[in-house]
Amino acid sequence: MRIAFFLAIVVFAGTGGEMLVAHATKQIARRRPVTRPAVIHLIGHAVRPGAIWAGLALQAVAFFALLALLSWADVSFVVPATALNYAVGAAGSALFLRERVNRVRWAGVLLVCLGVGVMCASER
Amino acid sequence: MDDSPRLSRSLTLLLAVTVALGAIGEVLLAAGMKRVGSVVPESLAATSRLFITAFTAGEIWLGIGALLLFFAGSLVLLSKIDYSYLQPVSAAGYALVAVLGHTVLGERVTFWRWAGIGCIWLGVALVSHTSPRTTV
Repeated sequence: MRIAFFLAIVVFAGTGGEMLVAHATKQIARRRPVTRPAVIHLIGHAVRPGAIWAGLALQAVAFFALLALLSWADVSFVVPATALNYAVGAAGSALFLRERVNRVRWAGVLLVCLGVGVMCASER
Repeated sequence: MDDSPRLSRSLTLLLAVTVALGAIGEVLLAAGMKRVGSVVPESLAATSRLFITAFTAGEIWLGIGALLLFFAGSLVLLSKIDYSYLQPVSAAGYALVAVLGHTVLGERVTFWRWAGIGCIWLGVALVSHTSPRTTV
């Protein structure tokens, strides 16, 4: 139960954090299109919105939950299980970032999940 | 904004460089930590000493630099393309790390790890055939 709870924190806080960062950078780019000279502007402004910091904080929570998880469970279980990030990321992008995730992209995401799982399971 | 179903040449290059920087950063951190020695937390003072030693390794600083550039590249990419496109395509870094680990650090890569790499590449190839940006 404790392992499942922390795994959920790793997956949801990690992808949630990345999605917040993605949302914030898109907001900045919407106000000022990112051309080559404006790249520095984007990176400079990226540290201002609260969403970026909230995203980084969520990723930090996910990182510490991962460390805790690694102290209780085998790495050969933990790392393949975190490949769920890709599936949750695709679902979250469709739900919250309004991205169109079609069948081909879903198939690709599931293959990536499978590949990460196979790679890490081979560590057993 | 890029509405074309394919990535522009400059974005493809930035994506490749960003993924490569992430993988190179991780391999440099691994090389640095292998040189420093494994972390066995006996006491807070011993752990602190180990981390201080780690930060004297050139590979660690190069690794941190590569990962900072990876983060900056990711910010630029996320402003241009979908998160649901970038996240799985970035998994190509897993494959690159395995290849670099094998060639640079002399790590053994098993058949199953190569099989996993094959699956990841297939997944990345499928995702890269979708439109990189589906939102306004």
